[in-house]
Amino acid sequence: MARIKFATVWLGGCSGCHMSFLDLDEWLFDLAAQVDFVYSPFMDVKEYPEGVDIVLVEGAIANEDHLDMIRKVRARSRLLISFGDCAVTGNVTALRNSLGSAEPVLQRCYIEAADLHAQIPTEPGIVPPLLDRVTPVHTVVPVDVYLPGCPPPADRIRAALEPLLTGNMPHLEGQQIKFG
Amino acid sequence: MAVKTLTIDDRLVSAREEETVLDAAREAGIHIPTLCYLEGVSEVGACRLCLVEVAGSSKLQPACVTKVAEGMEIQTNTDRLQNYRRIIVEMLFAEGNHVCSVCVANGNCELQDLAIEMGMDHVRLEYQFPDRQVDLSHDRFGMDHNRCVLCTRCVRVCDELEGVHTWDMAGRGSQSHVITDLNQPWGTSQTCTSCGKCVEACPTGAIFHQGSSVGEMVHDRARIEFIATARQKQQW
Repeated sequence: MARIKFATVWLGGCSGCHMSFLDLDEWLFDLAAQVDFVYSPFMDVKEYPEGVDIVLVEGAIANEDHLDMIRKVRARSRLLISFGDCAVTGNVTALRNSLGSAEPVLQRCYIEAADLHAQIPTEPGIVPPLLDRVTPVHTVVPVDVYLPGCPPPADRIRAALEPLLTGNMPHLEGQQIKFG
Repeated sequence: MAVKTLTIDDRLVSAREEETVLDAAREAGIHIPTLCYLEGVSEVGACRLCLVEVAGSSKLQPACVTKVAEGMEIQTNTDRLQNYRRIIVEMLFAEGNHVCSVCVANGNCELQDLAIEMGMDHVRLEYQFPDRQVDLSHDRFGMDHNRCVLCTRCVRVCDELEGVHTWDMAGRGSQSHVITDLNQPWGTSQTCTSCGKCVEACPTGAIFHQGSSVGEMVHDRARIEFIATARQKQQW
């Protein structure tokens, strides 16, 4: 059997879920022995590859880059895991939604709250435009496994990944699906 | 005092005639999930989480306001009920702004516990992201309408245990919200005695002690029970 191609993706989140992933400590050695790590913010790989078996997606969909990326990730991955509360619910990334759209958020952050040189950053092709509404991953593409938590503790990440390594679907319940 | 005999989840249970299905189930150690129900104050049947199936009726009945009857056959945990309960909890999450990670009640929240109990690993409904206010005008307490589930426990403890009725409801449908006095900032309320019963009664982090941070809000429900018992049974 070919080795499992494993990836992690970082969208609109604080990277705390990826930090928690590092908390897996020595189990990371076991994981590395069983999968090929093919794409991650931990690695210097520019393009999301084809034929990924398992991907952890951290963060909500907050800008146009996220939107392009999640569609590419879905098209090229067999099993997509919504990784952490921002991916599952929108969480902190979506707190701005009650302001209505992107414009008042930018005004608030870059004009009203600015100390010096108040201006809204616009660099077409470099700074991706914000979406008017931040949404959880599953509202944009189908999700196979939900892994809540802010961040999901390392043992919860392991509980989600371990069955997948032997071809079984994880079933999280009780404290393992606690938000926050 | 007549005793009624009924069946709950295929178990024979006896209860006093003035008791509700919820009372009878609890006495028999049968768990029915609740949210708006609070021991010691009146029942309103608002949250619908305690809906049960009654044989011979196609209508689901809220256990907290349904009186027991002789020969009644109740099912409390069928697939249909589990499905409805999960949808109810998902609707509550989608309808407000419930962000557990930054909430004072994280880890001490009945809504969060219900989500776990219902196996809610995500919300299938569209989040509404309503624009709601936070009232920090009171010296000691705060009210975050983003986290309110409209259970009206605060209204009932304030009215029935404190005897003040500072809290009430205003608005309709998605505009429904709790208010203090004549829909004015809590800190300007002339009736509020600052007793804090609403803070202890709130199932979420909507009403909180000022200055508490994420996860620091602990609800002291024993205080409410003590006062309710003292009033009803003259025991303290």
